[in-house]
Amino acid sequence: MSMSDEDKIIEEATTGDYKYGFVTDIESDLAKVGLTEDTVRFISAKKDEPEWLLDWRLKAFRMWEKMEEPDWAHVSYPKPNFQDIIYYAAPKPKKEYESLDQVDPEILKTFEKLGVPINEQKALSGVAVDIVMDSVSVATTFKDKLGKLGIIFCSFSEAVKNHPELVREYVGSVVPQTDNFYSALNSAVFSDGSFCYIPKGVRCPMELSTYFRINEANTGQFERTLIIADEGAYVSYLEGCTAPQRDENQLHAAVVEIVAKKDAEVKYSTVQNWYPGDKKGRGGIFNFVTKRGICAGDNSKISWTQVETGSAVTWKYPSCILKGDNSVGEFFSVAVTNNMQQADTGTKMIHLGKNTKSTIVSKGISAGKSQNSYRGLVKIAKGADGARNFSQCDSLLIGAKCGAHTFPYIECQNKSAKVEHEATTSKIGEDQLFYCNQRGIKTDKAIGLIVNGFCKNVMDNLPMEFAIEAKKLLEISLEGSVG
Amino acid sequence: MLKINGLKAEINGKEILKGLNLEVKPGEVHAIMGPNGSGKSTLASVLAGREEYEVTGGDVDFEGEDLLDLSPEQRAGEGLFLAFQYPVEIPGVSNINFIKTAVNEVREYRGLPNLETKEFMKLLKEKQQLVELSGKLANRSVNEGFSGGEKKRNEIFQMAMLNPKLGILDETDSGLDIDALRIVANGVNELKTKDNAFVVVTHYQRLLDYIVPDFVHVLYDGRIVKTGTKELALELEEKGYDWIIDEFKETV
Ligand SMILES: Nc1ncnc2c1ncn2[C@@H]1O[C@H](COP(=O)(O)OP(=O)(O)OP(=O)(O)O)[C@@H](O)[C@H]1O
Ligand SMILES: [Mg+2]
Repeated sequence: MSMSDEDKIIEEATTGDYKYGFVTDIESDLAKVGLTEDTVRFISAKKDEPEWLLDWRLKAFRMWEKMEEPDWAHVSYPKPNFQDIIYYAAPKPKKEYESLDQVDPEILKTFEKLGVPINEQKALSGVAVDIVMDSVSVATTFKDKLGKLGIIFCSFSEAVKNHPELVREYVGSVVPQTDNFYSALNSAVFSDGSFCYIPKGVRCPMELSTYFRINEANTGQFERTLIIADEGAYVSYLEGCTAPQRDENQLHAAVVEIVAKKDAEVKYSTVQNWYPGDKKGRGGIFNFVTKRGICAGDNSKISWTQVETGSAVTWKYPSCILKGDNSVGEFFSVAVTNNMQQADTGTKMIHLGKNTKSTIVSKGISAGKSQNSYRGLVKIAKGADGARNFSQCDSLLIGAKCGAHTFPYIECQNKSAKVEHEATTSKIGEDQLFYCNQRGIKTDKAIGLIVNGFCKNVMDNLPMEFAIEAKKLLEISLEGSVG
Repeated sequence: MLKINGLKAEINGKEILKGLNLEVKPGEVHAIMGPNGSGKSTLASVLAGREEYEVTGGDVDFEGEDLLDLSPEQRAGEGLFLAFQYPVEIPGVSNINFIKTAVNEVREYRGLPNLETKEFMKLLKEKQQLVELSGKLANRSVNEGFSGGEKKRNEIFQMAMLNPKLGILDETDSGLDIDALRIVANGVNELKTKDNAFVVVTHYQRLLDYIVPDFVHVLYDGRIVKTGTKELALELEEKGYDWIIDEFKETV
């Protein structure tokens, strides 16, 4: 990015309104409003799915009908009317894309506005990008290079077509259809998402990156991601998203499943910046996500890193099931809430195997009248001899009207386990701000600096180029929160 | 350069500065001494623009501008620097990143482009050497876990990086060992030109052996009650403040 581009972004950012609030005009294929068995059949037919997948969806739908929306999270919001939502929207596929030149220029323009360099630069920096626009992948690059290594990186629908045996084996194996209300909903109506398979012993040579974007008015967004790292494989996966400004609430209920076999490692990083609503809390995305990984084999490792700045309501607990002996789970999180935003986020670390280890570092930043909660479960099963967990939950308050809450749950059934929990709450002090101001640093920038300092040991876990975006995002999302 | 006229300021309804006058010209070094609680740090804070203090009277002219009209960051941009009596810790923010941000913000205020990384590193090295600040400290979080003396040295390092027109040093000498004192003083002397000025708040004549002031003022009860040359500092060291306070009380 050139200097003047960067300046422009900063300038746009300083105008205060959500800068990613624009709408792309693309013809869509829409499902009828509302959710019935027919909707599920429509989606499945639209996607030309095999019988088994339709049955799988229908099973989820029938269970979902009997389930209730959970209300244990520390958030309050008008419950979405699930019959008011359009469950499927896809940009009309004009033709198959062989290169980016063939992609709808409207779509490319959108990404340009976002400052997402989906072009040669990105190629040179070694990132393969699988863009999910609304619900259907419209461009995939680097397939060849990855293909030579046997790596599969494609849209979920393509995987269903080309690798049905893999999808069938693993889909729902980590997050069962009926795990919770939203995973059931997602299982019934998921439109598309990403699929990734790294074969035995292969180290994926580049970060795999997906940009999600909600683009149709009043469209629910139900992504499904499945990542499988076979024995001894390694992959670093990036997910980032921003959304256009809306008046109505938009529901987002994604499911992400990760499987790490023996000696495999998966690093999953997210920057989440859905539209948070305006200052009064109107509009904004409801983000109810189920993310879970299983360290299925010995010595495997799954690491979640997330920077959450967007959404009106967030409900999200990326978790690890540590089944293999000596397996490792990590969760590094920064959650920022401003204005009227509400976030209830954290993780679950389920220790089943021997000598399993988990680390949780959660940094919550609350400003405005927002509410920010950490909710974490560390569970040590009977057989998890020598399991260890370390949790650190720090909260930073900006102003006096926001709230920070911590709900750590520990269930330990093995005496040899060691579980440590540390928590702190602090405020951005007048002293710190004045000190920065005296050095010529404007208040918004000073808050950005202080907050980034506060989050340092989480941000350090993000891949380099992601970290730069994320840092900027932290600054932007807290603009005007003091004074 | 700086002209303070009848400055009155209060905090929490308590009047601390009670009509203070002071004029500083380019190329000058002014020392301000005075008993604890007399208002020295208050003066420094008010000049730097700390919001908790309410200015209730008087005016301050800085380089032809109404200083009191400017925000703290604008004052910094205009070339005013305060070395804090109690420097603040900012966890997780590296000293280098902090000063780089500051340097570029001040440059932006002055309509200059950001410093190229290469130029910045050169400046950094040079100024680090000036105050003999170790590379380790430069990479650590701003003031976090620094010893008292290290914090003070870091203030002078930042001042050197920002190269202000007016540097106000609030008890930078307190807590310094003899070597550090010499280093800090050398730093100031190196930075001194005929175009900039320094106001040095101190309790000890010792610092003034190194940084030789053109004027020494005694601040008492929110006012400057006596002004002299560097010999006044020696006299104060010997006799304390009582005689000046008595003298002042007689005239009121
Ligand atoms: N927040 C406050 N509320 C009330 N009084 C205050 C406050 N801050 C400072 N003061 C008072 O203002 C007076 C001047 O304080 P100041 O820090 O300016 O003194 P000083 O001359 O710098 O003293 P020292 O030599 O000890 O540093 C003191 O009596 C102090 O108690
Ligand atoms: Mg003082």
